[in-house]
Amino acid sequence: MTPSPLDRLLRWVWPALLLAVLIAAWEIAVRLNDTPRWMLPPPSAVATSLRVDWRLLLEHTRVTFVEVLLGFALAFVAGILAGIAIDSSRIIERAVYPLLIASQTIPMVVLAPLLLIWFGYGLLPKVLVAALVAFFPLAVNTVDGLRAVDREILALLRSMGAGRWTRFRLAKLPAAMPAIFSGSRIAIAFCVIGAVFGELVGAKEGLGYLMERSASQFQTDRVFACILILAVMGVSLFSIVALLERVLLPWRRYVTDTAPTDA
Amino acid sequence: MAAAHPGAPLRAPLLSASHIDAFYVEDGQTLQALDDISFDVADGEFVALIGPSGGGKSTLLDIISGLYPQAGGEIAFDGAVLTPGQRLGHAAYMRQRDLLMPWRTALDNAALAIEVHGHSRREARAIARARFAEFGLAGFEDAYPAQLSGGMRQRIAFLRTVLAERRLLLLDEPFGALDALNRVALQAWLLALWERERQGVILVTHDVDEAIYLADRVIVLSPRPGRVVHIEPIDLPRHRTRDLVTSDVFLRHRAVLLDALGLLAPVEAGVPA
Repeated sequence: MTPSPLDRLLRWVWPALLLAVLIAAWEIAVRLNDTPRWMLPPPSAVATSLRVDWRLLLEHTRVTFVEVLLGFALAFVAGILAGIAIDSSRIIERAVYPLLIASQTIPMVVLAPLLLIWFGYGLLPKVLVAALVAFFPLAVNTVDGLRAVDREILALLRSMGAGRWTRFRLAKLPAAMPAIFSGSRIAIAFCVIGAVFGELVGAKEGLGYLMERSASQFQTDRVFACILILAVMGVSLFSIVALLERVLLPWRRYVTDTAPTDA
Repeated sequence: MAAAHPGAPLRAPLLSASHIDAFYVEDGQTLQALDDISFDVADGEFVALIGPSGGGKSTLLDIISGLYPQAGGEIAFDGAVLTPGQRLGHAAYMRQRDLLMPWRTALDNAALAIEVHGHSRREARAIARARFAEFGLAGFEDAYPAQLSGGMRQRIAFLRTVLAERRLLLLDEPFGALDALNRVALQAWLLALWERERQGVILVTHDVDEAIYLADRVIVLSPRPGRVVHIEPIDLPRHRTRDLVTSDVFLRHRAVLLDALGLLAPVEAGVPA
């Protein structure tokens, strides 16, 4: 059953309404309390900062955005290739999979300064941090997706004389697409966090850098403006991936039984 | 090669299975699925395979298709003995489940084998599209399997099998999941199609009437391990019509086959478990 247009509208109305109420409460609470601006600025001050500093914010947003996209692109290619390799060979699986999982226990806090030492203050270490955090959900979801293929469909293709590559192309990869998309949605949100984290460790530009600089100058309204931009960036990228999935996998609308894992 | 039976034509049969044995492992025990199965299928012959469920009928089709290796015996196509790997792609195999790919439209599912055989998707679609009306599927080319009824899905799976253009079709209970009305309609339609194209067919079914109505010969397998207990040539004219089902010849065949299946023995009275 597809929801009616009214249902779809209502689904947006409730969160929007809640958000409006929260923002209003924040504004009122800050004013009534006379909270100092440097401690917690009211939403109106954040809006002012967005309006006044838009040129500065845009500049740093562009830097972070590029890091996120490059990081995601790198993780996407590497994660899918790793997933395919793990799925295709038991030896690779036995050797690589445990290491891959173990690598997830290494905190980024430790890794990011190392990347800084090795690759300097430029773009590359941020792209790498973003790619590293996004790699895992992509690789794991690709493996899960490739394994979710109906064994009997593979047998059918084999009975037609299809070789390994044809079976991969016609059955395994399409069957894995929903899981790859679900991994991508998480991965791209992770990339935003990764890029900002990389900037916080050491950078000369980007929203993470701007946040830190603004915080040290008690320009808390600008810090909130950065946070807002990052949130919008994360949600937008997530939505774009979700939209791409709807467009590229139209059949998913009719199938609800195979829920891919959101690792 | 199978031992030639008397009166067999000199030309090698389309398919020859000789002394096929198969085993499988269940709960750590090795059980025999098939025991010394031998039979031929001539070019253009319609053979039905009946027997109790679990009698290894599907295993036999798996072996003929090459998906599963036999433990003993030989399978020959046109007189040439082939290994399981060499048999892959020789027969068009329709398994019990329709196995439509949920991400492909009806048209692309029907065209699957053509694509596997090396045609471009564009060519494959054109070939499949030309047959959609004949299979009662016109107008549903772009529908996804999840949007279609069981009967339509089955017809797409069947069209996919036919479009593979093999000389031997292996059909594993193709109408098993359908209701009685759909079943009768699809049987008539399968018969019409086969009378035109005349592939060799091995149809696995548990329905004695379906076997007699469709086949030139009916092979009866025993309960596990599957053995050939009886081969019944069907003495009905070709171009068959539904009214033959009540003819004397039909009923005689039915009595013989039910007897071979052990279904005419007196059933012990008692409450079924």
